[in-house]
Amino acid sequence: MLTARLYDGRMPSDPTPPAGAERLSRGDVAHVARLALLELSEAELDEFTGQLAAVLDHAADVEALDLAGVPPTAHPYPLANVWRDDVVGPVLDRDEVLAEAPQAEAGRFRVPAILGEEP
Amino acid sequence: MSGAAGYVAAPPAGSARDIAEAVGRGDRSARDVVDAHLVRIAEVDPELHAFNLVAADAARAEADALDRAIASGTAAGPLAGVPIALKDNICTRGVATTCSSRILEGWRPPYDATVVERLRAAGAIIVGKTNLDEFAMGSSTENSAFGPTRNPHDVERVPGGSSGGSAAAVAAGLAPVALGSDTGGSIRQPAALCGVVGVKPTYGRVSRYGLVAFASSLDQIGPFATTVADAAVVLDAIAGHDPLDSTSIPEPAPSLSAVLDEGVAGLRVGVVAELMGEGVVPDVADRVRAAADALAAAGAEVGEASVPAAVFGLTAYYLIAPAEASSNLARYDGVRYGLRVDAATTGEMMTATRTAGFGAEVKRRIMLGTYALSAGYYDAYYGKALKVRTLIIRDFAAAYEHYDLLLSPTSPNTAFTFGAKSDPMSMYMNDVCTIPSNLSGDPAVSVPFGGDEAGLPVGVQVLAPALGEATMLRAAAVLEAAAPTPKASAEGVRA
Repeated sequence: MLTARLYDGRMPSDPTPPAGAERLSRGDVAHVARLALLELSEAELDEFTGQLAAVLDHAADVEALDLAGVPPTAHPYPLANVWRDDVVGPVLDRDEVLAEAPQAEAGRFRVPAILGEEP
Repeated sequence: MSGAAGYVAAPPAGSARDIAEAVGRGDRSARDVVDAHLVRIAEVDPELHAFNLVAADAARAEADALDRAIASGTAAGPLAGVPIALKDNICTRGVATTCSSRILEGWRPPYDATVVERLRAAGAIIVGKTNLDEFAMGSSTENSAFGPTRNPHDVERVPGGSSGGSAAAVAAGLAPVALGSDTGGSIRQPAALCGVVGVKPTYGRVSRYGLVAFASSLDQIGPFATTVADAAVVLDAIAGHDPLDSTSIPEPAPSLSAVLDEGVAGLRVGVVAELMGEGVVPDVADRVRAAADALAAAGAEVGEASVPAAVFGLTAYYLIAPAEASSNLARYDGVRYGLRVDAATTGEMMTATRTAGFGAEVKRRIMLGTYALSAGYYDAYYGKALKVRTLIIRDFAAAYEHYDLLLSPTSPNTAFTFGAKSDPMSMYMNDVCTIPSNLSGDPAVSVPFGGDEAGLPVGVQVLAPALGEATMLRAAAVLEAAAPTPKASAEGVRA
């Protein structure tokens, strides 16, 4: 049901997104959902494809801007590494943390099998 | 008849400042104050649904302990006995913190947020956790997994969002003050729609430790209150450096309460032209112009300012915030906390858990962000959005060469009816005036300034450069004093 579509033919550095209905396909949404560990029904795929394409269409307004030479801002003000002295301070109580886990065993989080899965 | 007058009410024990003074002097017990609010909550919250959880027993016990401490001579804090409501994405040790999401339903954090510790140290009493759009993604609280909150001004209308529960709680007198979080307007927009004061501080002014992350370069905690003075006293209590938040500004936060009465004489205030255009309903634009006139009458020099890149803020935000959210929300995988849906393998368990645990809007934003960050699209979408963020910061800096403060609508419209903005893009447009401050990291406040033709409250937004909270709140106090009473409220009629 979740069929991936590869982004073949588009270089990673290509700065211009496709226009209009070409912007986002149903296959793109299915692929992205799989990357995000979400499973969508056929009806949800249709709905999300239209809605996400509408948001990306709105984003077309910045495509016309000449942004060459403008540096990106990832954060509101410049932040260098923040250091503190390497001193042991208070830490969370392990039992208190594990008590909130769906499953715990022998002081660890317990999960279902991780071997033998499809990659 | 849709409105059911009577849900809007002053807090039953007066303002936070009045409560702290009376409790500190021993004139009134904290227990009495807390009980008065719990009675009010029991009366009206079944209809409003401002709260996800009311911590009645814990609040009474904390109040009793405070009363004993004050009776034995312990100095009372600036929020002594003041009930406060917390948005349910702020961690409270041992008390469920859900983010209004099925995926965290029932989770009890093993630690308190820094703001919670600071509020308690100031004497505040936490009365409950308030409803929000799931993981703070939304502008109406309609995205809550536990049902929407209703606007106390008209229960057929939304309170705004995402901090709609906190805004409604303060507007209905369920708590004199509350905390929310603001990533793209989530404090200011619901404050405007509910007719209360809401402040988004400078990014880094208030510790985010213990705030469940949505978009980490934009999120900021701030107060709701019925008065500017109450907002200031709460902000004074929670602001300042916190070593547990590496983005926290490493300098002391000067007292805001001390300077509120200094007025605006000689200050230069610019009305942002780009945020007064198409899409802003005429009643709201009229109120902003009236607010500008009020500031001028109080001695400010008022002109028209230009922040040209502000119009691109919405686009940049709806790429940056989902991109950060897609990364932040990867942690909800059924392993360490919250929901787990059993499956044969860990991979299947994670997908089943996330599919069952997240609502539609959260899934939409996770997918939008994942797409914007994916190979082949990163530069075209996320990369461009980060450059637009630079333009907005530059344009604000240019505007602040001519002006001390800027003025705009908070929201382009007043409170809308449930379901009116079911198309995601029309809902996102609600944030067009508030988003630029999150992208720049600057502070902004929404102050009630009259109402529209139907009597619904209108909020006016005052913006300031980074760390300009004191000047910003001085202007907010002037607007508060000059604000007209909303028409329909004055007549005792609601739309």
